[in-house]
Amino acid sequence: MAVHIDTRRRVLINKLVMGVSTGAALAGLTMLVWILGDVALKGLSAINWDFFTKLPAPPGEEGGGLANAIVGTLILTVAAALIAVPFGVLAGTYLAEFGKTEKLGAAVRYVSDILVSAPSIVIGVFAYLVIVIPMGNFSGWAGAVALAIIMIPVVTRTTEEMLRLVPIEMREATLALGAPYWKMMLGVIYRAAATGMTTGILLAVARVSGETAPLLFTSLNSPYWLESLNEPIANLTVTLFNYAMSPYEDWQTMAWGAAFLITSSVLALTVFSRIILMKRMR
Amino acid sequence: MSRTATSESQIPEATAPRRAFGDVAFKAITTGFAVGILLLLGAMFFVLWRESALAIEAFGPGFLTSAKWNPVTEKFGALVAITGTLVSTVIALLVAVPVSIGIALFLAELAPEKIRTPFGVAIELLAAIPSIVYGMWGLFVLAPLMSAYLQPALGGLFGWTPFFSGPQMGIGMLTAGLVLALMIIPFIASVTRDVFRMVPAQLKESAYGMGATTWEVVKDIMIPYGRKGIYGAVFLGLGRALGETMAVTFVIGNAHRLNWSLFAPGNSIASTLANEFTEADGDLYLSSLVALGLVLFLITFLILGFAQLYLKRMSAPGSKG
Amino acid sequence: MRKQTVLTLLTTGALALAGVAYAGTTITGAGATFPYPIYSKWAHAYNQATGVKLNYQSIGSGGGVKQIKANTVDFGASDAPLKAKDLQQAGLVQFPMIMGGVVPVVNLLGIPSGKLRLTGPVLADIYLGKIKRWNDPAIAKINPGLTLPAAEIAVVHRADGSGTTWIFTNYLTKVSPAWADEIGNAKAVQWPAGMGGKGNEGVAAFVSKVNGSIGYVEYAYAKQNHMTVVTMQNHDGTFVAPTAANFQAAAEGADWKGTPGYYVVLTDQPGKNAWPITGASFILMHKKQRGPAQAAEVLKFLNWSYVNGNQAAMDLDYVPMPASVVTLVRQTWADEIKGAGGETIWPAN
Repeated sequence: MAVHIDTRRRVLINKLVMGVSTGAALAGLTMLVWILGDVALKGLSAINWDFFTKLPAPPGEEGGGLANAIVGTLILTVAAALIAVPFGVLAGTYLAEFGKTEKLGAAVRYVSDILVSAPSIVIGVFAYLVIVIPMGNFSGWAGAVALAIIMIPVVTRTTEEMLRLVPIEMREATLALGAPYWKMMLGVIYRAAATGMTTGILLAVARVSGETAPLLFTSLNSPYWLESLNEPIANLTVTLFNYAMSPYEDWQTMAWGAAFLITSSVLALTVFSRIILMKRMR
Repeated sequence: MSRTATSESQIPEATAPRRAFGDVAFKAITTGFAVGILLLLGAMFFVLWRESALAIEAFGPGFLTSAKWNPVTEKFGALVAITGTLVSTVIALLVAVPVSIGIALFLAELAPEKIRTPFGVAIELLAAIPSIVYGMWGLFVLAPLMSAYLQPALGGLFGWTPFFSGPQMGIGMLTAGLVLALMIIPFIASVTRDVFRMVPAQLKESAYGMGATTWEVVKDIMIPYGRKGIYGAVFLGLGRALGETMAVTFVIGNAHRLNWSLFAPGNSIASTLANEFTEADGDLYLSSLVALGLVLFLITFLILGFAQLYLKRMSAPGSKG
Repeated sequence: MRKQTVLTLLTTGALALAGVAYAGTTITGAGATFPYPIYSKWAHAYNQATGVKLNYQSIGSGGGVKQIKANTVDFGASDAPLKAKDLQQAGLVQFPMIMGGVVPVVNLLGIPSGKLRLTGPVLADIYLGKIKRWNDPAIAKINPGLTLPAAEIAVVHRADGSGTTWIFTNYLTKVSPAWADEIGNAKAVQWPAGMGGKGNEGVAAFVSKVNGSIGYVEYAYAKQNHMTVVTMQNHDGTFVAPTAANFQAAAEGADWKGTPGYYVVLTDQPGKNAWPITGASFILMHKKQRGPAQAAEVLKFLNWSYVNGNQAAMDLDYVPMPASVVTLVRQTWADEIKGAGGETIWPAN
């Protein structure tokens, strides 16, 4: 009899917990739809052909778009990736291949885990102090470096994890054929881990393309097309920040448009990389 | 997992009898970049330290314990900002951890097979939204709801404690903590789900076979089994919450005052930096702000350092999990 | 597929990094956020008229001062003027470019815009946390016709350091000894009461959401968001409304000529219609210019804006500088801004 009551209690608790966790999942999804819906609702009204093709207009003037900022954000992100990807991949390779037991490996792993959580605004301040001040002017480069610093630890750690997932048999087979270690890495291991590494890189790119704080004192912003990375360049996030803080309705609408564009492209990038990853997992 | 390099990465290196020049160069280059990461952190510390020298000289260790933040008289202390950073992070974790485990449980065990993937991806997408959007959403959508519903309810239940007293304006420590929780839930939930999935089926099935309920399997088998992974996820979220800037700034209320009530406005290190760095004039003011940044860096360093040590001890031979 | 992706990435990157070495005239300026919309509007029009590009970025007044000192920009902009001594030390020239007003706004059920009257000392006491309720006798005394609620006053201030706060606290410092004593005048202060909103936008959002609140925003925000504004008692004792004409009245009474470095703060100015919380935004340039041609381009743009930019300014709820002040400023350019060899860059009037 006691057993029976106990079972009932256990089933009840089970049901309760199951209900709560289903509720939590639903709440999470509700939040997502809510935030996205809000951004989409306010942002879509700003999105039109001009938004992608025209330069920004001052408040009170019809038309105008954020074409230069869209291009600028793309270029900044690509430049940051060009710095961070080789850096991160090589450092990650060290961690996976050589740094397992060495003290240096432990230290690097520890430091990259901390750098992942480094506040982006502090990184912006750092880039300002070491690049903008010595160079004497704000520049796209400074912004790219700041973004790269954010990306490097992410790329490093993903590379390490992905390289470690490569089955040991693959290494043994290659080495048994007499290939030198570096050839094995370039020809076999990187190739085997490529999809996973690409995903990691895309996620890192997605993370930095929504960053405002590190660009505020580095690449600044500009209302014109970019001419070189040695001058301030237009970008979406700083534009969003400036416009959202202005009193004029047309600029605020633009800001929501920028928010929508950033959010949807980051989401698209994330979904895209998830799909790659899932294909690979199968 | 079958045999992977995780456990035996040293074998190939050892089995290569001759080290060709290419191999030496390869190792040298990769080591160089790994050292580069250490140098990067070193450089950041050095620069922050150098720039905050003025403040450190002026206030000494009292900088950490003073609740003053007065740009007019140039008296600065980090206590309010440190407290705000820690309190908002703790609130975020208290909310995010149980909810995340609930979500993970749902995704790994409860949801019908068909909706698991889309649902899982959807949760992860929350992590992709730029933080400034969270901030604006928190200010315009969440804050009014807080003052209309949640705060009166909490005030009614726990108003006799100092933590839930005072005016219910929807802005303040509690709201900041909730927005932060929303931001870190996707991280913790998705990693926890992956961890749950890795629990060997035999383990779960034998428990089910003995008549355990789903909750009992989770509580007694899955959580202990995946403990390390879950802690790792929580620490990741913790790191995120500590340094979050934009989302917090919009809703924390930005007041340099200590207050017991979670309804009251407060301040965090990151939001103070975001608010005041561009407008700071005067060398001591600026230096104090950089010093705040340094403190945040050190806090992150310490907390994550302990976290990693803890994880390491857990994974050491002899311990379970 | 992978190779292609990498290739595409590389080519895009290479193209971007190579850049185009074409250099038209580009002027860069940075600083105060308050004049950002009007400077970008002027820049847009000037670019269409002359082809010269002006890139003004709002990084904050503090940033503007820092950047001009570090010589990373052609001109800096600040809402808080530098003292003559600081200008001297840094080798800078300062002059006013545009004006605006700071306006207290409230959210009180049943009280329409412009009906609530406040005096400087009462406003200071509210921000000091000494007056806690709307039906306080001090407020009731100057508002005999209004029924004021017993609600608690929710004080809202700026969270970020800002020129707006500088002007606002400058005013409170002038009219309230207690404020001057306990808090003082700065772009960010240790607020004794209330909560902080990020930017004008944040303050406006708090005030419009919280019943019984009071905040202060730039005039354009109050006007564009149709907020409930307050009527203030000015230096002469009259109660005035925040309007463009009243901001200009404050500027007219000021002694621009006799103040070195144009260190004129337009708060609490004499004049029957002068709005008491008015402020100007300033431009900072180096006295000794490394590139005289570049400096001449900057001055040409600024002069063009003085001459052709007034309508645009008023459309965006700014207040243009009076013509008499502009004449003084031109004289300053001629007298003080020189090339490396001491040559004049702007011809005398």
